[in-house]
Amino acid sequence: MTDENRPAFWQGVRDGAPFFLVVTPFAMLFGVVATEAGLNVFEALSFSVVVIAGAAQFTALQLLVDQAPLFVVLASALAVNLRMAMYSASLTPHLGRAPMWQRALIAYFLVDQSYASAIITYERERDWSVAQKVAYFFGVILPICPMWYAMTVVGALIGSAIPPELGLDFAVPITFIALIAPMLRTGAHRAAALASVLLALGFAWVPYNLGLIVAGLGGMIVGAQVELVLRRRGLWVDP
Amino acid sequence: MIDRFELWVVILGLGVGSFALRFVFLGLIGEKPLPDWVLRHLRYTAVAVLPAIVAPLVVWPAATGGAFDPVRATAAVVTLAVGYFSKNVLLAIGLGAGSLLGGLYLFG
Repeated sequence: MTDENRPAFWQGVRDGAPFFLVVTPFAMLFGVVATEAGLNVFEALSFSVVVIAGAAQFTALQLLVDQAPLFVVLASALAVNLRMAMYSASLTPHLGRAPMWQRALIAYFLVDQSYASAIITYERERDWSVAQKVAYFFGVILPICPMWYAMTVVGALIGSAIPPELGLDFAVPITFIALIAPMLRTGAHRAAALASVLLALGFAWVPYNLGLIVAGLGGMIVGAQVELVLRRRGLWVDP
Repeated sequence: MIDRFELWVVILGLGVGSFALRFVFLGLIGEKPLPDWVLRHLRYTAVAVLPAIVAPLVVWPAATGGAFDPVRATAAVVTLAVGYFSKNVLLAIGLGAGSLLGGLYLFG
């Protein structure tokens, strides 16, 4: 790393450091839940290293436990990760001219926290070179991603020691609800979530968990339509 | 019990698919923007998919054999309310889990 990039890298490390507090309990919870589902430590760690996306990992694991068909497991978990494509599009004006190997690494490490830190900082530091922006990005992930792997292992190791009467069966629903609730910022988001809940309950009888696909698509359409209506009436505020 | 073959298909398939989603613009498409209607639907994927997974788990919990359980339902409502008003994920998990453990201790 050249001298001009070093401050950007360390600024990234400082900006990423607080996420340590968010990532640690999540990764441990994933390790615990994976153990409860019958995965061994290596399998849980592989999940976190290969996929490196919390909500999608929880989704896939829950649906595997429910014995859903592979197609439904993959489609649902990838749908949860569709936002990553938006992150990728949004960072391209800043990082699109970096060397290919760096862009590939950045893509692998593109998670909610690294995206949020990067986009806020890039908008502010407009005179940074591409190399400085890349250095910043790698700085941000340093306190986040290794912790994601390590704490998955810790969770998997302690998971088998947690007694069943602690209600661990309900850890996934609580985690998901806690993730969803702060996202309900606009009427369109709330309508999408409500439609999704009603469709999921109404179509729960459909075999192969396909009701989930119906509810997911239905929720997206309702959200998009409500947004259009709000825009037309001039009530839309960008979230 | 999760089938081992299926588990690895999911881990590898999800890994490849997630990387593709993250790489698609950064690596391949460049600065060409997505059409508005696509972006408008993408904005709602998370709030459309996650509630659909959670709702049946809350209304028909596996731990009670699918019978509605006031303790788990209350914990779900507490988590939702705390998360919605505080926007703090960890606080919502903490108070939701606290409500669940308290409920199970008192009525379980």
